[in-house]
Amino acid sequence: MAVSDTVHDAEAGVRGPGALSQYWQQLRRNPLGMLGLVLVVLMVGSAIFADLIVPYDATQVMAGPRLAPPSWEHWMGTDQLGRDVLSRVIMGGRVALVVAVAALGAALSLGLILGLIAGFGPQWLDNGMLLIFDAVRAFPVIIFALAVVTLLGPSLNTVVLVVAITSIPIYARVVRTQTQSLKNNEFILAERAMGAGTGRILGVHILPNVIGPLLILASMDVPLVITLEAGLSFLGMGVRPPTPSWGTILNDGFSYIRNSPWPVVAGGIPIIVTTLGFTFLGEALRDIFDPKLRKDL
Amino acid sequence: MTDDDTALLDVNGLSLDFGSPRGRVHALRDVTVHVPKGRIVGVVGESGCGKSTLAFAIIRLLAANAEVTGGEIIFESRNLLELSEKQMRTLRGLRMSMIFQDPMTALNPVRSIERQMIDIQYRETSSQAGKRRNAVEALARVGIPDPENRLEAYPHHFSGGMRQRICIAMALLVEPALILADEPTTALDATLEVQIIDLLQNLQKDMGCSVMFVSHHLGTVAELCDDVVVMYAGEVVERGTVRDIFNNPGHPYTQALLECDPGRIHEPTRHLPTIPGNVPDLVGLPTGCIFKDRCRHAFDRCHVERPPHHRTGNSHTAACHLREEGVETGT
Repeated sequence: MAVSDTVHDAEAGVRGPGALSQYWQQLRRNPLGMLGLVLVVLMVGSAIFADLIVPYDATQVMAGPRLAPPSWEHWMGTDQLGRDVLSRVIMGGRVALVVAVAALGAALSLGLILGLIAGFGPQWLDNGMLLIFDAVRAFPVIIFALAVVTLLGPSLNTVVLVVAITSIPIYARVVRTQTQSLKNNEFILAERAMGAGTGRILGVHILPNVIGPLLILASMDVPLVITLEAGLSFLGMGVRPPTPSWGTILNDGFSYIRNSPWPVVAGGIPIIVTTLGFTFLGEALRDIFDPKLRKDL
Repeated sequence: MTDDDTALLDVNGLSLDFGSPRGRVHALRDVTVHVPKGRIVGVVGESGCGKSTLAFAIIRLLAANAEVTGGEIIFESRNLLELSEKQMRTLRGLRMSMIFQDPMTALNPVRSIERQMIDIQYRETSSQAGKRRNAVEALARVGIPDPENRLEAYPHHFSGGMRQRICIAMALLVEPALILADEPTTALDATLEVQIIDLLQNLQKDMGCSVMFVSHHLGTVAELCDDVVVMYAGEVVERGTVRDIFNNPGHPYTQALLECDPGRIHEPTRHLPTIPGNVPDLVGLPTGCIFKDRCRHAFDRCHVERPPHHRTGNSHTAACHLREEGVETGT
């Protein structure tokens, strides 16, 4: 969601109106892309309207049967406290989406700015920034997350912070490399010969060239972030109970997997479906937005 | 020079060094070039003689390791070397523009021609529709068929010749007083080269601008230019009108260059003539004449004394000791 929004804004700004409907036509001709779009829309829609569509309160402990198998009353059964698993999965999607949007949005925009500075700025600044990027990248994400959680305590914000900080160097490095190879291009020289200043070159010429690869990276990262959030929550370092997250659903169900596997299945399927959806959509968008890959016109 | 009063661009005694790990490379030494209003001045010389460096020095888009060590560049009675970067930007793309060597890389690959052509008019106040109309007109002027529809295409939809036409259209869109053309036909095949030369000639006639045409191709220079400046190893060795240079070359280098032009060889031969020897190393500068090691007329004086420009005709000068008597008869 966050990804497709940034792209649409950027592209619409650059190419003008009328382009959007053209992109839509191209997306419609790509079956995998359409499947991805449907899955993403379903996931995003259910997350946004979670309050309206959940059959039960996701955190309410009910007097009914515990660890009940799927039935007409509880489509995905109930967990060890008698809570409706379907409601928890839907509310967990909202948590996953919030983390993905907030973390990737922050990482993308900061990474973009830092990467442009490193790529276009003086050599010493580039060297210094690279050192910092590499230092941050050198930490294993989980170890880094453990340290941050110990410092700040487990919460949704901590997960967002960890994901954002560890993702910024990846985006910044991609943007930096792209910027560096672009800035020596003859069309940049030509643009300077036409009187363009640094801001104009960065904004109008380098940004549209950079945004493509960045978009691919970000769209591939959405499932990564969602699984990371689930993973941290599974380890008890993410979202605090009773707030439902796909990770905590998995963790709750994990203990009872021999007798009642449905909570684990119910927590795992949305992760798989969302991952596939964003990956399909991301690849389709990449093909559409990169004019060099376009065959028609 | 006789046409000093109408000169649009006056490069006087320009010297320029590049810093390199081996030491300072003296890329331009005491280069003087005049570009009068409404004329096409050709700059010829072999690869690495400083032709392109001169063009980039004029528009001040040199690499970071370049340093101007002397001289001045007077454009419309202002010394470009003294202008701030901001003042310089107001000249680029308004009073002077540039056409590049390789049209395959001179356009932004991810933006349509329309966006790029409207974009470079950002300093004009007219509406989007007006700018679009200007772009269509400019494309029509350089001979792009069906410009209205082709405007929406991307650079990779065009062939090399078409892209160079688009680059020329963009350079002319702002109606500059001076166009710096840096080997605009080198990357094109011979047929296209003729077309582009014709196009440049007609456009220059229509718009009355001045052109500094950098090329190593003597044929195109003879075809297109009014005046010619011959450069060798970072120095101007001879200058004059096209007629002077091609009919009555004064400098041994120019003479040798003309002898090597396959277009001027009329007898069948298995071996194309070449100028023996190599371009001197520009890190440690030789004393005396820069061309002495390859010159068949070199004598003692050439090794010790650097020849000044001697006048051999009305506006024809050559930097060679052999032409010294020209001064005596001329004055």
